[in-house]
Amino acid sequence: MFDLTGKAALVTGASGGIGGAVARALHARGAQVALSGTRVGPLEALRDELGDGAHVVACDLSDPASVEALPKAAAEAMGSVDILVNNAGITRDNLFMRMSDAEWQSVIDVNLTSTFRLCRGVLRGMMKARWGRIVNISSVVGATGNPGQGNYAAAKAGMVGMSKSLAYEVASRGITVNCVAPGFIETAMTDKLNDEQKAKILGQIPAGRMGSGEEIAAAVIYLASTEAGYVTGATLHINGGMAMI
Amino acid sequence: MSDIASRVKKIVVEHLGVEEDKVTENASFIDDLGADSLDTVELVMAFEEEFGIEIPDDAAETIQTFGDAVKFISEAA
Repeated sequence: MFDLTGKAALVTGASGGIGGAVARALHARGAQVALSGTRVGPLEALRDELGDGAHVVACDLSDPASVEALPKAAAEAMGSVDILVNNAGITRDNLFMRMSDAEWQSVIDVNLTSTFRLCRGVLRGMMKARWGRIVNISSVVGATGNPGQGNYAAAKAGMVGMSKSLAYEVASRGITVNCVAPGFIETAMTDKLNDEQKAKILGQIPAGRMGSGEEIAAAVIYLASTEAGYVTGATLHINGGMAMI
Repeated sequence: MSDIASRVKKIVVEHLGVEEDKVTENASFIDDLGADSLDTVELVMAFEEEFGIEIPDDAAETIQTFGDAVKFISEAA
């Protein structure tokens, strides 16, 4: 089950906690992986750790030209892109009344618009192959909202609606498009929270702990597999029961 | 039939799974040959590849029939 031998996967934000775990899991299941991100050092370290079948394709998701070039670079490195995992994301938190246009726009650009461009960029190959898997990493706050994250929540909710629309269009071509919506996961992004914030969050999580990158990666593996071919337009919430939706 | 027309016909027949004699000059991909909108995008992609040309989106929208495709490609190739 869930064997990905012979598949080629592009993972954005592979230098981060969730992206790294996703890349490791895809590689462990036999897929080639193209590791994308802005920080080349950690990507190269991960490539060296994984060895054969791992490639570094650097990309700045805030730069449209760099985003347009990424699917091609990944396909050149691996031969094709069969699986796309849009994981990269940034936060620029601020209270709504204080949020600048720049804070709003940068989060929408990197988290939502780059996801749109990358999906568009890999579709041609997937359509021809009559097989493809797109997994977009959304967030629980896209469904619940979160104070201080109007921009991030909008981008993550936008991702869900976009994924469903694309899922409709390409379902008949053997391509599935799904979202994974993590709750609070131990990563650099959540390390920024202070102890008081963490305690408050944990009080809202029935599981009583934060999740791990590996627990998100497991969901990505499932959605990327041939076995999940009948799952499309879905959002899989992985949040320790924090939001049962 | 020109070389271009026969190559276009082959792509249409293969992609849409229709009988060759249905692919006539005025046959509309969508109305007569059962294509959906995504099929028309895929046909354009296939034409681009077969003939090594680029068909911009606004031009692609004007290619509604087999005859339109042959005419456009003959002028572009």
